[in-house]
Amino acid sequence: MNRPPVTKYIKPKHIKDYPVGPSFRAGYLTSDNSGWRTVRPIIDQDLCIGCQQCYLCCPEGVIYPKEGKVDIDYDFCKGCGICGKICNHKAIQFIKENK
Amino acid sequence: MVRLALKVLGERTITVVPAGCMSAVGFIYPQLCFSNNAIISTFPGTASMLSGIAAAVKAKGHKDVHVLGIAGDGGTADIGLQALSGAIDRGDKIIYICYDNEAYMNTGIQKSSLTPFGAKTTTTPAGENIRGTLTSKKNMFEIVAAHDIAYAATASIGYVQDFINKVYKASLVEGPSYIHVFAPCPTGWGIKTDETFEIAKEVVDSGLWYLAEYENGEFFLNKNPKEFTPVENYLRKQNRFKHLHDEDIEQIINARDSKWERMRRQWNNK
Repeated sequence: MNRPPVTKYIKPKHIKDYPVGPSFRAGYLTSDNSGWRTVRPIIDQDLCIGCQQCYLCCPEGVIYPKEGKVDIDYDFCKGCGICGKICNHKAIQFIKENK
Repeated sequence: MVRLALKVLGERTITVVPAGCMSAVGFIYPQLCFSNNAIISTFPGTASMLSGIAAAVKAKGHKDVHVLGIAGDGGTADIGLQALSGAIDRGDKIIYICYDNEAYMNTGIQKSSLTPFGAKTTTTPAGENIRGTLTSKKNMFEIVAAHDIAYAATASIGYVQDFINKVYKASLVEGPSYIHVFAPCPTGWGIKTDETFEIAKEVVDSGLWYLAEYENGEFFLNKNPKEFTPVENYLRKQNRFKHLHDEDIEQIINARDSKWERMRRQWNNK
């Protein structure tokens, strides 16, 4: 997973701390984002053959290749369910999120 | 769709996004969903901003930078059409991707000129006398191709590899290129989020959308199904088409058949 780490945003205290113009540097994350996920995808590593179709099709980019198979970044997964439908080997099942 | 396009084009890409869902969810200060340079343009000005950036890239002497615009159907076919036409005419080296979800979804599902016949939107509600949108979908792909553009293509997120190949092809072109991607919107269409891929695949299989390319002055059909899957199955899955009567569906099928008859007659298979 090569997403940027989540770092706390330090609120500017003085007007001169603000950037010039409404711009900011890219790749700066201040919070994770998965609050509205109602179902959680679980990968069955025994059924997964590492075809990486889910990695291609995940609209959030939270599925990533790992040791020939795939893994999910739950900090940003929204639980849309596309990976479960895409998987031809039924290796991704969904369980209810309880948090 | 955006993620895949940027995977193909790489980090040295400058992205321009006009008003739309992409800029609403992608640019929440100080966070940015892009890890490359990205900028929000005015609603009609995606293509003119692309032109400006392409000129700057040229002046700086960069050879390895791609200039990518990602606009919705309203920002392309209605509001941004003039700027897009100008940029294609100037022959700037830009890549323009239109993600077509067939209405102004970000502002609350208003009809655009790419909304298909029969679809229910908040500005074309379905009642007893008028059943949704009365006009048919603007032929954006052929409008762009009529500029004699260097490369134009249609794609669907249901056919991922085809889309990736087309973005790669567009990146090699010296001059403007345009890709029109069919991208379902769960909220606006009344479908479940996990159905988006199936719907985007089915629309191609049922013949209501097509995969084609335009290059060197010629049209190519990438996928020419011998038999279409039933249009009803595709339409009935979506809330926006729920109200349609059988004769409306008949009309949609007739429009599809005459379009395919023309495409098969005039375009090359590939």
